[in-house]
Amino acid sequence: MNFFIVSLIKVAVVAFVLLTTLAYLQWIERKVIAHVQLRVGPYRVGPHGLLQPLADVVKLITKEGLMPSHVNRLFYLLAPFVAVALALTSIAVIPFGPEIKIGPVDTWMQLTDLRIGILFVLAVSSIGVYGVALGGWASNNKYSLLGGLRSSAQMISYELPMALAVVAPLLLANTLSFREMVNYQSGYWLGFIPRWNLFPEIFGFIVFMIASFAETNRVPFDLPEAENELVAGFHTEYSSMSFAAFFMAEYANMVTVTCVATLLFLGGWQPPFPAPYSDFVPILVFAAAGLVALYHGLNPARRMDRFTLPATALLFLGIAAIFGLSLFVPVAKEILMALFWFCGKVLFLLFVFIWVRATLPRFRYDQLMRFAWTGLFPLAMLNLLGTGLVVALTTK
Amino acid sequence: MTALIFIIFAAIAVFCGINLVVQTHPIASALSLIGVMGSLAVLYLQLGGEFIAAAQVIVYAGAIMVLFVFVIMLLNAGAEASTFQVSRFVKYLGAILLAAFLGLISLIIQSTLPRTEGVTFGAFQGTAVDIGRKLFTTYLWPFEVTSVLILIAIVGAIVLARKEI
Amino acid sequence: MPLNAAVPLSWYLILSAILFALGVAGFIFRRNIITVFMSIELMLNAVNLTFVTFSYQFKQVDGHIYSFFVMVVAAAEAAVGLAIILTVFKNRSTLMIDEVNSMKY
Repeated sequence: MNFFIVSLIKVAVVAFVLLTTLAYLQWIERKVIAHVQLRVGPYRVGPHGLLQPLADVVKLITKEGLMPSHVNRLFYLLAPFVAVALALTSIAVIPFGPEIKIGPVDTWMQLTDLRIGILFVLAVSSIGVYGVALGGWASNNKYSLLGGLRSSAQMISYELPMALAVVAPLLLANTLSFREMVNYQSGYWLGFIPRWNLFPEIFGFIVFMIASFAETNRVPFDLPEAENELVAGFHTEYSSMSFAAFFMAEYANMVTVTCVATLLFLGGWQPPFPAPYSDFVPILVFAAAGLVALYHGLNPARRMDRFTLPATALLFLGIAAIFGLSLFVPVAKEILMALFWFCGKVLFLLFVFIWVRATLPRFRYDQLMRFAWTGLFPLAMLNLLGTGLVVALTTK
Repeated sequence: MTALIFIIFAAIAVFCGINLVVQTHPIASALSLIGVMGSLAVLYLQLGGEFIAAAQVIVYAGAIMVLFVFVIMLLNAGAEASTFQVSRFVKYLGAILLAAFLGLISLIIQSTLPRTEGVTFGAFQGTAVDIGRKLFTTYLWPFEVTSVLILIAIVGAIVLARKEI
Repeated sequence: MPLNAAVPLSWYLILSAILFALGVAGFIFRRNIITVFMSIELMLNAVNLTFVTFSYQFKQVDGHIYSFFVMVVAAAEAAVGLAIILTVFKNRSTLMIDEVNSMKY
């Protein structure tokens, strides 16, 4: 009974945080792309556009949900459901932190640990192809069909280098579960270089990141849903909540893939330098952010910033104070430090996703497929062979 | 709990199997087959085959069935129009006879098998470690032969699917 | 029977037999070549379930390994079989196995 209640609480927390993150990830993306392109982005709805996701949700809910004629009803309705359900399922095995003890409850910051956690994530992303393929086919529209087929062919082609890139850290750590993978990456070489899998497996990391851009249909591999080529591809005929479902599925896939990259290559929740010194990093980061916001709030560029910038400064200084106070409460310190480092790494990788979207043009479809089969796949194979050779020669 | 999960997923598997045979449109059959594979993966988990369950979902439901779905979409296979007309009576009689036949099989299996233990979740764990160990020692020769088989299949599929045929 | 009881092993074998019989029925009675092919896959899945069940009985992973090989062979067979289906479609423009009959008397 205790186990069920704790699990329910964890599920509620993770679901709430994940869904809010998905909404605000869109806000971050629009702001970052806008500032890269020297414009402002969403600005009017709420201070600096912070309520824009809320406005988008209201718009999407209240829009008319059209069902075009001659579509296959069951599959038309099933496809976004499958896409979203599978995209949200793989968060269940992602650990956000180490084991914590709050009072009588002793639990991990993870919904469930499977002994085959990594295989579970690969399996769920394999089935996620059906959401796209069915959505494209059921729409009774040649552009959607082409977009759906291209997108699913792209996803299964890039699954192969992704799986091979994932196997190399598995060879090093000798386990398939995420918890033990992160525990393998604890400790430091020479006292200050973290034992992350990034350093021996730099090629694996690069291959994994490129393959994950293609798996989530992001630029530069987003030809299947390109607006100027394929009239929005497989989600052309979807409107209102079904379109929101595909959108949410794409962002959830992005979050999953960056979480997996963090856990496999970047050491999960482990800080980059040893413990007593790295505890001050969150305090310093948030305090610096608060002071910068305060400084800019004193002579603001825009009239609204006289209120928003000091408010932001207060928020950041408050968070720095929370981190500082938590140094004296061990339970809170563990939770907050683990969350800070994990979310920091995930947010950095998400920023790289958004940065690449703002920068690169998109691949043509045959270039994309040729790159997968003749470029990434041999590179991933060579990486795996090299890792296997080193492991075979160095284990007793 | 074990029995409940078995009954639910076995019922889903049988229902999807019947759906596969009965549906006219190939895409509906393909999705029913994916349903069968998914419920079988849960049953494998119950029998302790966690690696096989994951392999079933990744390889069978996630790659082979995607290939089927692709081919059905590319060939634009429509609903099958039945040309031989059987009367409804024959169809119902056939269904009843099939059910009777399956019941007979169940009875034979149940009565001839010795009293084996029941299946409890967790009594046996086919971990990836055990499978890997056996695969690369006892079954090394079939493993290498299978990789040659896959190479033959790849070459064959590419040759057959080229344009100039 | 109480829901917490252990499931007798023969039930898994019965389920496997039922799925195999359904696969054979689909193979014999359907005339769309892709559906026939999918019935073959259903039969292979039923056999996989039997392998895993007996592997549980003997508490060894050999059944899992045989099941794995069945999956691999099914993958290879599906690839080549679908390529053949594509070729037949290109030449005969039909997917019904009754209509591929030009070599019939």
